[in-house]
Amino acid sequence: MKRAGFANYWLPILLLLPQLTIIAVFFYWPAFNAVQSSFYLQDPFGFGSQFVGFENYSDLFASKEYAKVARFTLLFTLLVTATSLATALLLAVKADKVLRGARTYKTLLMWVYAVAPPVAGLMGVMLFDQNIGSVTDLFAWFGYDYRLGVNYWDTAFAMIIVSVWIQIPVNFIFFLSGLQSIPQHVREAAMIDNPSGFGRFWQITFPLLAPTAFFLLIINITYALFDTFGIIDTLVKNNPASNPMTLVYKVFVDGFRGNDMGGSSAQSVVLMVLVLALTIFQFRLLERRIHYT
Amino acid sequence: MTDITSTTPRAKKRFRWSAIFDHSILILGSLFMLLPVFLALTTSSHDNVEIQREGLKFWFGNDIDENFGNAMFEKGGFTKTVTGMTMLMNSFILGIGFAVGKIILSMMAAYAIVYFRFRFATFAFWIIFTTILLPLEVRILPSYEVIQSIGLTNSYTGLIVPLLASATGTFFFRQFFLSVPEELVEAARIDGAGPVKFFVDILVPLSQTMIAAIFIIMFVYGWNQYLWPTLITTDEGLFTLVRGIRQIIQAYAEGSEIPEYGQAMALALIAMLPPVAIVIFFQSWFVKGLVESDK
Repeated sequence: MKRAGFANYWLPILLLLPQLTIIAVFFYWPAFNAVQSSFYLQDPFGFGSQFVGFENYSDLFASKEYAKVARFTLLFTLLVTATSLATALLLAVKADKVLRGARTYKTLLMWVYAVAPPVAGLMGVMLFDQNIGSVTDLFAWFGYDYRLGVNYWDTAFAMIIVSVWIQIPVNFIFFLSGLQSIPQHVREAAMIDNPSGFGRFWQITFPLLAPTAFFLLIINITYALFDTFGIIDTLVKNNPASNPMTLVYKVFVDGFRGNDMGGSSAQSVVLMVLVLALTIFQFRLLERRIHYT
Repeated sequence: MTDITSTTPRAKKRFRWSAIFDHSILILGSLFMLLPVFLALTTSSHDNVEIQREGLKFWFGNDIDENFGNAMFEKGGFTKTVTGMTMLMNSFILGIGFAVGKIILSMMAAYAIVYFRFRFATFAFWIIFTTILLPLEVRILPSYEVIQSIGLTNSYTGLIVPLLASATGTFFFRQFFLSVPEELVEAARIDGAGPVKFFVDILVPLSQTMIAAIFIIMFVYGWNQYLWPTLITTDEGLFTLVRGIRQIIQAYAEGSEIPEYGQAMALALIAMLPPVAIVIFFQSWFVKGLVESDK
């Protein structure tokens, strides 16, 4: 807050009212409902509900299927995060280094940010298609019979590739702006001390980029957990049967297809706790980031 | 950057090799980003039977106007009423409506929190702040039930307003307002400007670049919404382009005849064109908005 703020009484309330009303109706009300209905067993045809305490949660944690989905989510998140961060870092370091065409490369590597995940998913469906897909042809050339939507790990592979494709631009932009904010005198001093490019990167540039990398780590985990919904939904072609899925996709499938309101709500609450933990972790890091710069 | 080792001929040669290596990596990266969309474009210019027989095409054919024409103007969907043009218009309504709504709401809220001394300031800040804990995807089912009970399904209001319940924009403007020099508001008060005049005549003009930056980020975010429009709009007249992708996939999964590959690719390209164009043309604003909003 500013020291020399205005002391009007009604105006700030009036200014905040629209934002707060929307948040109350479309955020707090549904969030409260989710927590509440996770303790109830609802009749799928809408004939009332029954309080069951923590039964939905204990069912959830005992479920083999949920454990499988959770394991896949973990693996998926790890692979997407690691691959897209590593690729983007390599590209950002090179884009920061080259003298000619830097602007063109920058544009070419960031525009995919604007492509919607399901649109990328649709292109993935075509590229990995059994009949017409070019990637499938490539696999066939190596003697591998690639089957999207039939083979569990084949589908998982396509999901990871498409998710990485979408996520590279954000990581690239942040890494590049992190690199460009390293002062020129630091770079020159590093150049004199350590003429080998490789050693210079790991000893000087990378530690200076660490705050950006930590921040991006959280952003990427959140992305892999939540924003990949459109990619997964398109790649499994509306038929999740034997295909891999993430925790968020399971909330949707159980809630809207399976009509299991209580179970779906309990899953939502579990995810809420997960996001809460991530956010606290992120703020810890942000506090530390201030000390760095 | 000048390379200080490049004085001797030997070092010069090594330097050139490393430059070629750097460029190769960047070109490979650019190709990886570009190739899927290039394939979509070339494939969208071919006939469906040809694609079915020979796979995705690596060069242009003759059916580009037919496929794009069908995608834009042919009535499709279950009810055979929705065209690509309708979906394009709905996408613009969602993208622009969301971005404008977000900017107005969050500027007002941030102004109240930063520039006024009142009792609820901290409380209001925390109420807004908490929303970052729960992305829409997590509370999707209860949110849908709330919208249904208010009767806002199949309306632009139901499509746009619930998406506005988040803190991102408010944080962005709060951060920016805090960086505006304190002397400005002092000077304005000495000159007799009230809170409304200060906001309209000084703060809003001062925030122009920030508004442009956040507009781009929010427009792309709104345009690319998928899950929420999928649930809220069952009436095909309200479909956005991104929502329409789901219909294509459904037809593709169920279809017994040859799928409309070319037309599907054409629609995918139209769905990505406006946000991609904005990001490319207003690149510096976009990068500013992305990096400074810190999400």
